[in-house]
Amino acid sequence: MSDDKAPAQPLALEDGLNMFLNGVKHSMVLGMTLEEITPEGLIVRLPYSDKIIGNPDTGVIHGGAITSLMDQACGLAVAQAMSPDFDITPTIDLRIDYMRPAEPPRDVFAYVTAYRKTRSVVFARGVAYQDSRDQPIAHCVANFMRMGLSKVPWQAGPGAEAAS
Amino acid sequence: MSIKDIVHRCRETNDYASLVSAIPYACTIGMGCMKAGDEVIFTLPANHSNIGNPTLPAIHGGVLGGFIEQSAQLHLLMMMETPTFPKVVDLSIDYLSAGLFRDSFAECKVLRMGRRIANVSVVVWQAKKEEPVATARAHLLLS
Repeated sequence: MSDDKAPAQPLALEDGLNMFLNGVKHSMVLGMTLEEITPEGLIVRLPYSDKIIGNPDTGVIHGGAITSLMDQACGLAVAQAMSPDFDITPTIDLRIDYMRPAEPPRDVFAYVTAYRKTRSVVFARGVAYQDSRDQPIAHCVANFMRMGLSKVPWQAGPGAEAAS
Repeated sequence: MSIKDIVHRCRETNDYASLVSAIPYACTIGMGCMKAGDEVIFTLPANHSNIGNPTLPAIHGGVLGGFIEQSAQLHLLMMMETPTFPKVVDLSIDYLSAGLFRDSFAECKVLRMGRRIANVSVVVWQAKKEEPVATARAHLLLS
């Protein structure tokens, strides 16, 4: 029955992912937005701002903000891979390789995919970039555990409506 | 004042608060630094803007990652002869349990300090150091 609703899926997915993202306080503090959903993955934007500067001498963004971006983007890609079901999926581990510093004062994008889903674990990977994915700032791989809970935070919490 | 000057002044006073406050990202997540003799413990007080999972609530995994990176960088900055910002080359974090909404602490161990690359191991805990919430290792470029 639900298979017939396939054409309506992209919009519902986008709403669900935005609700997920908007419920994550720290990602909102950094101003992250869901930029694009592709068939394989998604793109999240991290806007440049003074508060994520890591080197005050150069204005270069701190790697920690990129780590937050990648963790968040991978988490969203995992939710996308789980769709139309939802699950709580904490990060088990995350590895990030920094290829070059992000150039100030420009925004950074994360393109990530959840490339393998098993009963217990979802595997995700992606790149952070400014100009193009072929010139990555960072590479990331992160694995997530499936808790197997039917309730998701933004549905369970009292502030769920406010999140949208 | 440049980072180099700040580090030199911190060494004279043995107070690294001004170094932490010179870095906007460290201020954003609300990091601090405690010295106990020659030992350094980095602190991340519970802070609403660091929350990732709103129901538990738990600290954002990325914030713990940022805390770890910043701790490793500052730890090396404090040791370096000519202090320049070490660049993180790679970082691998194992999340052992949810970082709950409470104060977190980090301690760094330099396993190898080469001429150009340092290998740093970081442990993050909340209640007890013996029960870490995350462990990590990082390579940082020194020059």
